[in-house]
Amino acid sequence: MNFMVVIRKEMQEQWRTYRFLIVAAVFAAFGLASPLLAKFTPEMLKAIPGVPPELLSAIPAPTVADAISQYVKNMSQFGILLALLVTMGVVVQEKERGTAAFFLTRPVSRETFLLAKFTALSVTFIASLALAAAGCSYYTLVLFSPLAWGPFLALNGLMLVVFLVYMALALLASTIARSNGAAVGLSFVALILVSGIGALPTIGEYLPGRLFSWGATLLLGGNGTAWPALGISLGIIAIALATACILFRRQEV
Amino acid sequence: MSSVHVEALKKTYGAVHALDGLDMEVAPGTIFGFLGPNGAGKTTTLRILTGLARATSGVAQVAGLDVLKDPGKLSHHIGHLPEEPAFYGWMTPRDFLDYLGRLYGLSSSERLSRTRELLALVGMEDASKRRIAGFSRGMRQRLGVAAALIHHPEVLFLDEPASALDPSGRKEVLDLIGNLRGQCTVLMSTHILADVERVCDVVGIIAKGRMLVQSGREALLERYAIPAFEVEADDQAALSGWAEDLRRLPWVISIAPRNGAFRITVRDVQSAKQALLRLAVNSGVVLNRYEEVRPSLEDVFLQLVGSEGLA
Repeated sequence: MNFMVVIRKEMQEQWRTYRFLIVAAVFAAFGLASPLLAKFTPEMLKAIPGVPPELLSAIPAPTVADAISQYVKNMSQFGILLALLVTMGVVVQEKERGTAAFFLTRPVSRETFLLAKFTALSVTFIASLALAAAGCSYYTLVLFSPLAWGPFLALNGLMLVVFLVYMALALLASTIARSNGAAVGLSFVALILVSGIGALPTIGEYLPGRLFSWGATLLLGGNGTAWPALGISLGIIAIALATACILFRRQEV
Repeated sequence: MSSVHVEALKKTYGAVHALDGLDMEVAPGTIFGFLGPNGAGKTTTLRILTGLARATSGVAQVAGLDVLKDPGKLSHHIGHLPEEPAFYGWMTPRDFLDYLGRLYGLSSSERLSRTRELLALVGMEDASKRRIAGFSRGMRQRLGVAAALIHHPEVLFLDEPASALDPSGRKEVLDLIGNLRGQCTVLMSTHILADVERVCDVVGIIAKGRMLVQSGREALLERYAIPAFEVEADDQAALSGWAEDLRRLPWVISIAPRNGAFRITVRDVQSAKQALLRLAVNSGVVLNRYEEVRPSLEDVFLQLVGSEGLA
């Protein structure tokens, strides 16, 4: 019911409240900076007085692999953090301010209310990640060598899935919570649980964090796939969104 | 068919009975004043009738639709103004009304004309391109009224629409509501008796989650009319002494000070009319004012709510 009308408003909101610009700027900055950091870190180390010459000679010449590793590392840290920060307030703030109650007596179903927010945020992250990828691939081309487009797209697609996992979990937290503080707490509990369990050697193979290393492997070469992790990540997104919808339908706003 | 039909409606929050078997009937086209002290259950009722909260049990129908079974169908039939209407601060009134028009499926030309019409109605043409974030409470309230009317609702729910406004803002909003008479059914909750007296045709008084009385405003005043007189004098000491003497008379029910005067409620108007002035002269009290007063809604309210032990 009115899904496209609400999405349009959500997209306008992303733009007019500068949320889109902030996410895009952060992503673009990390996309551009990753190959630059990989290329110039050894140069910067050389410029620091007092660094032992043995250490400097032990640093290998930077390669495309360093640029991609830096990109994956930056995105896995700041991308996830941004996904949580941007999403965790979107529902609870509307409940606190009263806009949710005001709009839910209009022809807007509760599912539309939630899913339009998720969709608009997803669009913001897709566009921002595209900017980051464009920046990263351009500087990698200039400083190193061209990237293989297919695997690079796959890497970014897998990173997007991880961001969507955390966005869906943060949206669920925002739906459950009655206050902004509670939403923040629940979101970070989700982050600690998913990333903490993901760090365990066996079970981590099946969790979203594995998608980063799979993406890097696709681009840089190496063995192994992580289809189960992809399936589970998509499952987490679906379950988190469905649970948020069910809970929100039952909630008194 | 009633615009709003509520029967034995109950809502409990743990051990608290917010609504305790509420009955209510609102005829089409009327402006219904839903009156009650704070915590009586007015907002809970409105939240249930607009689909924002679920009842524990009972029947609630709005515009012929069962609110409890299918709240999703309500939105095209109702308009709702919450006590503190909330908006997206980044929008302008024009953006906001256009967005609502889109939600209700209005065409581009309909949205344009309806937005113009409503902004004129609530006196916000000059502010139509300003961001809502900077609006005063009164401006938000007026925009809320416009938002509630965008789709020509059959039933309009207004929760304390003028409670937080200054006198001129209150007059504007109440005039707006009064102008809706006959266009749609209005159910207006408030604890301000003067607002109800000013615009409502029918009054329902709620306390402790139950409807104490529901009646036409005039019929209510007639039904609960207790004859009373007001007297006023410069010499307050003499007036107080005389009032004490009056208390002993069998036809006097009560005597209460009110705004520098005394209100004498009586059982027998004729006895009072014959005796009051004579007794005043005999007591040496020089009256500035002697008046037979018509009971106000406030008297009825206090009488009813007081009898429930809530006053």
